[in-house]
Amino acid sequence: MAQIPMRRLKQGQSAVIASISAQGELGRRIRDMGLNPGTSVKIQGRAPLNDPVALRVRGFTLTLRNSEADFILVEVE
Amino acid sequence: MAATLALAGNPNSGKTSLFNALTGARQHVGNYPGVTVEKKEGFYKDNGFEFHVVDLPGTYSLTAFSLEELVARNYLVTERPKVVVDIVDASNLERNLYLTVQFLELGLPVCIALNMVDVARRDGVEIDEKRLSSLLGVPVVSTVARSGQGKRELMAAAAARAHEISEPTSFSISYGDDIDRALLEMGRWIEEGSFLSGRYPSRWVALKYLESDEEVISEGRSADAELSAKLETKVRAVASHVSSTLNIQPEGLIADHRYGFINALLKRGVIVRRYDENRIRLSDKIDRVLTNRFLGPLIMAAVVFTLYQVTFSSSETPIGWVESFFGFVSGLADTYLPNGLLKSLLISGIIDGVGGVLGFVPLIMFMFLGIAILEDTGYLARIAFMLDRVFAAFGLHGSSVIPFIVGGGIAGGCAVPGIMAARTLRSPKERLATLLTVPFMNCGAKLPLMALLIGTFFSKHEGLLMFLFTVLAWLGALAVAKLLRMTVVRGAPTPFVMELPPYRLPTLKGLLIHTWERTWQYIKKAGTVILGISILLWAMMTFPGLPQNTRLAFETAERNLLAAAPAHVKDQMGLENASPEAAALKQELERLRAEEAEVALRNSFAGRIGSFLEPVSRWAGFDWKINIALVGGIAAKEVVVSTLGTAYSLGDVDPEESASLSETLAASPDWSGLLALSVILFSMFYAPCFVSVVCMVRESGSWKWGAFSIIFNTTLAFSLAVLVYQGGRFFGLLGG
Repeated sequence: MAQIPMRRLKQGQSAVIASISAQGELGRRIRDMGLNPGTSVKIQGRAPLNDPVALRVRGFTLTLRNSEADFILVEVE
Repeated sequence: MAATLALAGNPNSGKTSLFNALTGARQHVGNYPGVTVEKKEGFYKDNGFEFHVVDLPGTYSLTAFSLEELVARNYLVTERPKVVVDIVDASNLERNLYLTVQFLELGLPVCIALNMVDVARRDGVEIDEKRLSSLLGVPVVSTVARSGQGKRELMAAAAARAHEISEPTSFSISYGDDIDRALLEMGRWIEEGSFLSGRYPSRWVALKYLESDEEVISEGRSADAELSAKLETKVRAVASHVSSTLNIQPEGLIADHRYGFINALLKRGVIVRRYDENRIRLSDKIDRVLTNRFLGPLIMAAVVFTLYQVTFSSSETPIGWVESFFGFVSGLADTYLPNGLLKSLLISGIIDGVGGVLGFVPLIMFMFLGIAILEDTGYLARIAFMLDRVFAAFGLHGSSVIPFIVGGGIAGGCAVPGIMAARTLRSPKERLATLLTVPFMNCGAKLPLMALLIGTFFSKHEGLLMFLFTVLAWLGALAVAKLLRMTVVRGAPTPFVMELPPYRLPTLKGLLIHTWERTWQYIKKAGTVILGISILLWAMMTFPGLPQNTRLAFETAERNLLAAAPAHVKDQMGLENASPEAAALKQELERLRAEEAEVALRNSFAGRIGSFLEPVSRWAGFDWKINIALVGGIAAKEVVVSTLGTAYSLGDVDPEESASLSETLAASPDWSGLLALSVILFSMFYAPCFVSVVCMVRESGSWKWGAFSIIFNTTLAFSLAVLVYQGGRFFGLLGG
């Protein structure tokens, strides 16, 4: 299992969150929305300019900017 | 007194639908004290139950990071509603319960409305509400808020909950050994010291200290500095321990454990899924088209353009009605009142002022209806998603596009609804930067002046120039937004960690209530202030009036003119097909009156300001006539053309038919293409009209920002105008 930043996930790819290094407001927002270590996510799509990204997590769709996804490390099969 | 019931829950959980279903049209919209967060209240009465219903802002959590969350939390803690109805989206249970758990930790009397059970069922999700109720220890009632299904059962359960006379239910989650032990110890200190006593449960205070909640910690410091310091020391010790052993901060650990608790709870037979929870749903299929790399932007452009068209074209007719009504009233006053100050005040100050306010109403109504449709269907979130990359570069937010477009991003909009449309932005800094820059767009009221000057001096390139000025408005607004975000509104961008809600069909009732309440708010709040300022501006353009001898001189001249004319000529003056002599007499009289108006205007306070400013405004090429027209433009931009007409002794000039003014300007030695360009630039960027300023003040919650926009924008506009005018003169361009 390789750990990569979430930004590098491709469309349709699934992964499990390994760690989140964001602090303060961003860290809280990310965790409050259910992106916690051990949660599985799937890239649902990207905005026309490639940023932000839409993820499927815990049964709903969440958006975040690439610069914010950089704080999240994921494990891929 | 009916018991207070607070409605709380996630955004998009159907909270507003439930509020509408419970209170119907009996609702009142205001603001929470001191902040711009909307507070909706209503009344429920049925089946022997009565409630005063308060709709709290929709939130995902209860941190101190966002204004909405803080407002909701403070309301719950200080107002202590008898019952908190927590609306939980059954099709999105896990994330919704995250907030529920926080309510329970606060020791609130919660009653869960398990909403959208129909949607959940369609998605293959079955929820055992009895099991959920017994595991959480709170009543759970299934509802479908859109149709009102389950409403009465919910209110019965809420009433039972409200009348329970018992200790707040104790509810606690295990956060792992390290945190749990710290919570116990800190909780004991808090209880012994009666720290923040009575306001919050002791364990909750300890939890907030561990979460580094600034609000609670600063409250604690002012209540008992010593104990607060002791708690903070403990938190630091725990933090360094967990960060060295688990590589995480306590607040992260707490959030992760909350989700862990919910996950475990759901696995105990609460939820049965027939499909994989991350399977592709209808909404996702729609998104594949609507946010597609190529189709997405095209469809979005079409939708935004349609919103714009519908807003401005459908409001045309009702605006016409409002205008003709006020024209009629004004005509009545003109006919039946004796000439004088009272008549002038009534017509130019009050009727025009009220008419001005109400003239915007149809526009605002259609704009809010359009936005309500975009918002309620879920498409607005997609617009933000697709455009965020562009707007984030300027320190704004993807949702900023709607205020800009409505405000005149497609020439001919209106800044007033544009500023109000900025409400849809949930990020405070981005919102402020947006509403401060919306007035740079070329609103419909700026167009007559632009059309007049372009038509007079650059008639060959009319279309091209109009387009270039629209582009320039966008560039100016974005550049200023970036500047503001780096200076007075600086700060890290608000995270774009947002939900893309599933597409839904809006309900007619919801749309109508939404539209009406916002429109009414505009009429009520803006109306009173605007009327006052309108009267003030009227006074500035009217007083002190002409000196006695000047007025007498004009009166004598008029009398002499009439006395010299034969009686049969005078009798013919009012007729359609008057003789040439009568027409000439009439024209001469009008010229005399226009001249009197010019002298009076020059002598008025506004005129004196115009003359006073002349030495400075000369740098941009403006004489007193242009100055006074631009000062008048602060009342309403469409006034610029008519005031310019008065200043050039042309009497009242209809902004739509300004041919005579155009001829005068073209012939005037004072005017050149360069001056026209300088005036256009200034008029695009200078102080917003006062209706806009009043709206900005209301939306930003402070007069400071209204004053800022007047001063900053005027300075910016003047610098641009001077730069262009002096540059043009230096290089001898455009006849300068």
